[in-house]
Amino acid sequence: MGPSGAGKSVILKHIIGLLKPDAGDVWVQGKSVPDLTPDELRGLRRNMGYLFQHAALINWLSVFENVALPLKETRELSPSQIQDKVEHVLKLVRMEGDLQKYPAELSGGMQKRVGLARALVTDPRIILYDEPEAGLDPEMSTSVSRMIRRLRDELHTTSITVTHSWACAQLIADRVALFEKGALVTEAPLDAFLSDPHPRVSEFLGQSK
Amino acid sequence: MSNPFLHFGNRFLRPLLVNGGYGVFLAGQVFVRIPHLYRRRQTFKDQLFLGGIKTLHVSLLVGFFIGMIVSLQVGLELAKYGQQENIGLLVSILMAREMAPFVTAIILAASVGSAMAAELGTMKVQEEITALDVLSVDVVSYLVLPRVIALTLVSPILTLLSVWVGTLGGGVIAVTQLGLDFSGYAHNAMTALQDIGGTIPLPASLYSGLIKSIVFGFATAIVSCASGLHATNGAQGVGQTTRSAVRDSIILIIVLNFFLGKFLLH
Repeated sequence: MGPSGAGKSVILKHIIGLLKPDAGDVWVQGKSVPDLTPDELRGLRRNMGYLFQHAALINWLSVFENVALPLKETRELSPSQIQDKVEHVLKLVRMEGDLQKYPAELSGGMQKRVGLARALVTDPRIILYDEPEAGLDPEMSTSVSRMIRRLRDELHTTSITVTHSWACAQLIADRVALFEKGALVTEAPLDAFLSDPHPRVSEFLGQSK
Repeated sequence: MSNPFLHFGNRFLRPLLVNGGYGVFLAGQVFVRIPHLYRRRQTFKDQLFLGGIKTLHVSLLVGFFIGMIVSLQVGLELAKYGQQENIGLLVSILMAREMAPFVTAIILAASVGSAMAAELGTMKVQEEITALDVLSVDVVSYLVLPRVIALTLVSPILTLLSVWVGTLGGGVIAVTQLGLDFSGYAHNAMTALQDIGGTIPLPASLYSGLIKSIVFGFATAIVSCASGLHATNGAQGVGQTTRSAVRDSIILIIVLNFFLGKFLLH
């Protein structure tokens, strides 16, 4: 968590290797991400899913094609296997009835859910969520947050979520870290975080609530 | 896909390397991925349709009028010396060597190249290209390859048609303004185009124009895709990207036209 410009999304981009750190290192699954070759990075990313702030669906592909894309491009699967897998993940995010729709025909919340299905379709072990509640009304934001928690519990994946919404964090987090101006302020389990003595925690929570 | 020239240290050379160097790098990446084309056949067909069929009417119309302009301007001068019967030769050679490849390339840069830059630029600023990267999708193979190869193939086809309608347009002027017989004009034009070149056993004027058009199509597509993949700053950035793609393509076409013309003449 953290205010805008704290460097939350930048951390996610470092974890998935979209950015290289100016100093220091990033370790994921025992590998130093900045030192990976392009092929090794692709291998690491196959174990990771990423939900973009605005879903980043490919506009000229249907919902089905968007979700099937990583399977078609990076896995050796038959068309029927792809069909089954895509339908399965779309059912998980409750979008099974909109296979043939295009992103422009979907609401922001529906686009997020399709983005989530696309992140899940490769069976990742780690999922990164970049402000999943951004641009959604409170009701839809709560619904997406609940879905993230349900998927985490059902699929047993590690989830790292960037948010500035305390309501979202309360729904999905086991541990919370607060960032400010590119630095870690504090990090603790959810319950302990509430009683963290650092003055920025109470300030941030007060503003976030 | 990151640009390896973005962090080049010299601030005077950086813009040239970021644009030009990346274009050359991207062209190399496209060549390496040509075997992927069968896998990209659907996008390739879509791009052939966009580049070929959707710009066909513009190319034909412009080609026809260019032929008429050349015929009118050159024919009137030739008529002063009583040489107007050679107008067919001049129109067909000018159309085949220079005007058709050049004008077709400009049309393609303005219509197809700008659309490519805008499409890829929009995808870039909306993080769709980053998403493809994260999903381990090869962006060059998926987005750039079918566009580049389609435009490279469409360009000589449109050029050939432009030569044909341009020569026809020249004929209209030859008959209506210069008082020539159309069959004589056509015979003159065809004779000029049948002149076989020394190096390649094909009509010299036609093949030099077609080689130019292939290079122009390839260069336009590479410049447009490279610009699109570099877009930043939202809608304003996409606008700037599109403008710079068209501007750089036209500059490159003119420069290449000179050097190719010089090379192919020899």
